[in-house]
Amino acid sequence: MTQPFIEFKNVRKRFGSLEVLKGIDLTIDKGTITVVIGKSGSGKSVLLKHIVGLIREDDGDLLIQGKALNRLSKKQARQFKKNMSYMFQDNALFDFLTAFENIALPLRETTKMTETQIRKKVHDRMDRLSIEGIDHKYPSELSGGMRKRVALARALVTDPELILFDEPTTGLDPIRKNDVHHLIREFQKQFGFTAVIVSHDIPDIFDLAQQIALLDEGKIVFKGSRQEIMACEHETACAFIKGREHLYDRSET
Amino acid sequence: MMITRLIEAIGNPFSTHIESTGRLIRFFFAGIRQIPVLPLQFGKTMDQIWFIGAKSLFVILLTGLFTGMVLGLQGYYTLVTFGSEAALGGAVALSLIRELGPVLTAIMITARAGSAMAAEIGVMRMSEQIDALITMQIDPIRFLFTPRILAALISFPLLTSFFDVVGIFGGFLSGSMLMGINETVYMDKVIQSVKAMDIWGGFIKSIVFALVVTTICCYRGFYAHMNHQGQSGAKGVSLATTSAVVQSCICILIFDYVITSFLV
Repeated sequence: MTQPFIEFKNVRKRFGSLEVLKGIDLTIDKGTITVVIGKSGSGKSVLLKHIVGLIREDDGDLLIQGKALNRLSKKQARQFKKNMSYMFQDNALFDFLTAFENIALPLRETTKMTETQIRKKVHDRMDRLSIEGIDHKYPSELSGGMRKRVALARALVTDPELILFDEPTTGLDPIRKNDVHHLIREFQKQFGFTAVIVSHDIPDIFDLAQQIALLDEGKIVFKGSRQEIMACEHETACAFIKGREHLYDRSET
Repeated sequence: MMITRLIEAIGNPFSTHIESTGRLIRFFFAGIRQIPVLPLQFGKTMDQIWFIGAKSLFVILLTGLFTGMVLGLQGYYTLVTFGSEAALGGAVALSLIRELGPVLTAIMITARAGSAMAAEIGVMRMSEQIDALITMQIDPIRFLFTPRILAALISFPLLTSFFDVVGIFGGFLSGSMLMGINETVYMDKVIQSVKAMDIWGGFIKSIVFALVVTTICCYRGFYAHMNHQGQSGAKGVSLATTSAVVQSCICILIFDYVITSFLV
């Protein structure tokens, strides 16, 4: 049996008196797309932020290829994080940088690429995401959809091994949303990265996923494939994807 | 029970302040340590010199001019009662170079650029831009704080010297042009009374104020989400900006006294 790329082992996280994660168990294999779904405020972003190291678990273990993330040497941790990108829910674009500079920033600051190479790579990503011609525009001058795609381009520009997407299509129209889904799938096939996507685009997002995990009340209550969740055999998962709150609440008890 | 509560009531804010001071000192040294690290952040530092230095120039010149004019006027009326109005040039120059130049320049830069630094970095914290830097493996302290502190170390002494020169000219306008003190006497007294040590003293003060103001303002913005009232969002940024300006001004005056006591 191959070792999972990322493994959550009974991970718990508390903020003050509020326990957000109450023992997460989840494995993510290399080169796969895992979609995490769940009610708003259920801790999906907190889960992602554990992987990127922005939040540390109070209890349990987060293993990266079998080694606990908080016990990796500085060099190992740096190497792991260097090969990772994070696309924030609210984009987190830098207001004082243009769209081009935003996308080019990780290349300029963390690689030794020449300006010509950077320009070529950034424009390639911009072309693929249909955001050409906005090089000199600041985030405040762009529409919500444009900003989302600039953030996506920034996440993809370093060719990472792992990309964490926090609601990558929120605020996009159905056409752009499908474009982004298509791009994630296409890029993933091309570069073979591992992706963890937090999304509410149900059921469209399931088309991308090799694994779907439902986070509820601080625990992963369902793990399975698109077929398994759509078969509606798991009561909580079925109630959630159909948006039936009464059924959903009853299934929790 | 009462004693426990009392100890808690005294101890909690005390330990919070100790913790915050420790964090501030670590923040300062983390930023300073990055100054010589290659590649040097030349472009970002130039941008900050433009923002802190060039854009503050007009305010500094205006403040310096009127401070000098007031000093000239007040100084004249005080000195004339002793029949020593000829010493006005020296009095104006020494007051400006030793005290008012560095202090007022630092306070004006705090109001104009320091508040903006705290607000800008605070908004970056609240909108997860600082987290984005961390996820990109970019050191946020190096990226945000180091160019600002370097720019402040260059801008503060320069602006202080502009303030001093314009202030002396302001004293000349009110003392000589308005009140009729001989122009040559005024300028002679300026040259005679100012010693190299006075200029060095003002220079040292402006360097210290640059470090103090930039560190406090950037630190407050950087940790805008950790304010004692637990406020986030716009309120958190507003609190960070207010406390950055207030603490900077207080620290300028405290450090001014401490440095002066060593220099005199």
